Amino acid sequence: MFDPMPWLILSPLIWATLAFVHGPGRGGRLAVACLILQLSLAAILAQQVIAGGVRMYAVGGWGAPLGIDLMADGLSTVMLLLTQTIVLPLAFYARAYFVGHANSLRYFWPLTGYLLAAMNALFLSSDVFNIYVTLELLGLAAVGLVALVGGAGPITAAMRYLLATLLGSSAYLLGVALLYGVYGSVSLVALKPLIAADAPATVSLAAALMLLGLMLKTALFPFHFWLPPAHGGAPAPVSALLSALVIKASFYLILRLWFDLFAPIVSITAAQLLGALGAGAILWGSFLALRQTHLKMLVAYSTVAQVGYLFLLFPLATGMSAEVAESAWQGGVLQVVAHGLAKAAMFAAAGAMITATGRDEISGIAGVATRIPLTLFAFALAGVTIMGLPPSGGFAAKWLLLGAALASEQWWWIVVMVVGGLLSAAYVFKVLRQAFLPVEETASFQLLPRMLEWPILLLALASLVLGLVGIEVLSLLGAA
Amino acid sequence: MSSALVYALTGAALFVLGMAGLILQPHLLRKILAFNIMGSGIFLMLVGVAQRAGTPDPVPQAMVLTGIVVAIAATALALALARQLLDMNGEMRLPEEKTGKDRLDV
Repeated sequence: MFDPMPWLILSPLIWATLAFVHGPGRGGRLAVACLILQLSLAAILAQQVIAGGVRMYAVGGWGAPLGIDLMADGLSTVMLLLTQTIVLPLAFYARAYFVGHANSLRYFWPLTGYLLAAMNALFLSSDVFNIYVTLELLGLAAVGLVALVGGAGPITAAMRYLLATLLGSSAYLLGVALLYGVYGSVSLVALKPLIAADAPATVSLAAALMLLGLMLKTALFPFHFWLPPAHGGAPAPVSALLSALVIKASFYLILRLWFDLFAPIVSITAAQLLGALGAGAILWGSFLALRQTHLKMLVAYSTVAQVGYLFLLFPLATGMSAEVAESAWQGGVLQVVAHGLAKAAMFAAAGAMITATGRDEISGIAGVATRIPLTLFAFALAGVTIMGLPPSGGFAAKWLLLGAALASEQWWWIVVMVVGGLLSAAYVFKVLRQAFLPVEETASFQLLPRMLEWPILLLALASLVLGLVGIEVLSLLGAA
Repeated sequence: MSSALVYALTGAALFVLGMAGLILQPHLLRKILAFNIMGSGIFLMLVGVAQRAGTPDPVPQAMVLTGIVVAIAATALALALARQLLDMNGEMRLPEEKTGKDRLDV
């Protein structure tokens, strides 16, 4: 049977290298063609996982422990599908966007390709050391993308991001070293029964180091200091990629470690602590988003806040009855998918508005409603998901989380979610209100190509429709 | 004290030293060196801890080789960025944020 797993990693590697060889600014068309291919590969993989459960692939015919095993289960397939679904419209968007921003295009395509290869490999990895390597590759490619434009602001943000990401992956690697020291294995499959059978204190230390490192990379409050300048200062297609996908990759690993590998040793106290940090992220991130004067910084702080919702999953799913845990787990994963689609649309729409008006302050977007209604409509639709209004994917996710909080009688998380929802409504409407203000006729306004606007609408619609087809996503999740 | 424990403790000490340097030192070159010390601590631990009954285990040695390659790539990227900052700002340190950690009014 044809196995799409290695090709999901090889395809972006190949097009990225070809784009690099072709020279600065080239390779967009090839990237789009290969991305369509990758999306179909991910869909084939999803069908195989639904039909036959977890799939393994030994790279080069050499399985673990000597070689590297790739593994695809329900969660990794959902992440792979999400990644290819978001990157494809963004590739069309980027091609249109860089027509007017040629100076920041230079190495966009090669870096995006390497980023994608690292991300796909990360989702398919089945041992903790291979995960370290992919995590590091992902970080380096992402830093390169932040530094793409050059100039003091982006280079400073890239440097800060690089130092944070290196610190995070070093802590993770130390955890891997400790695990290997105790058990003599790095395979997720082999480690799980060993940890369940006997876990000395060293393993708890390893778990803490790995989770802390990944939290730093996911920009969980209070480790979020590097995110807003890095995501807010990059060119719009890059911001969209970073906010929608890159931080989700490290969150995916936290999920894997917490619910799979370290499930026998995680405690309710640790889960409550993660939830408390998530609550801090929701309140502090939303508050700061509301205070921003620049459009992309507002969207970046909104990411800080939305990451908080992801971490509410842990107190709701740890140590609770199976039913509650299931509902919280589904809500958490739906939130990953919904936020990915909506935030990609939001950053892309922000980039389009900034291109059209030539100004990056929120006060500068007056009149957008009459000039580029399609983009503003997409921004508002994405806002519906961020706020968590029905029928969006964000609503379905937050509904499941709320249900789990009610069923487990942890009312304090409900308060946080409701206040967070109100604050996010406030910052989304802050932008919308400004967009509807009249503008003097003399204000210069650049018309946008159609290919810049339609991908944004597509992403926003996908985040909305997710609320209606969420059950399919969840059935894929349960397939493994 | 077994030799594995000596390696592990030295590795842990190097890691903590490097982490403190990475966070506390303002000079970028020192930060980058501190990151490398941190890496060396982890590698020492990987090779040292994983001795089975006195015979070295080849798997962590392969991991350390991979780790060194990754660390070199990261160091090269950090140096390139630090040099660009030096050209633009005239000094090798990160500029202070305007109002503390989170910029309230940009």
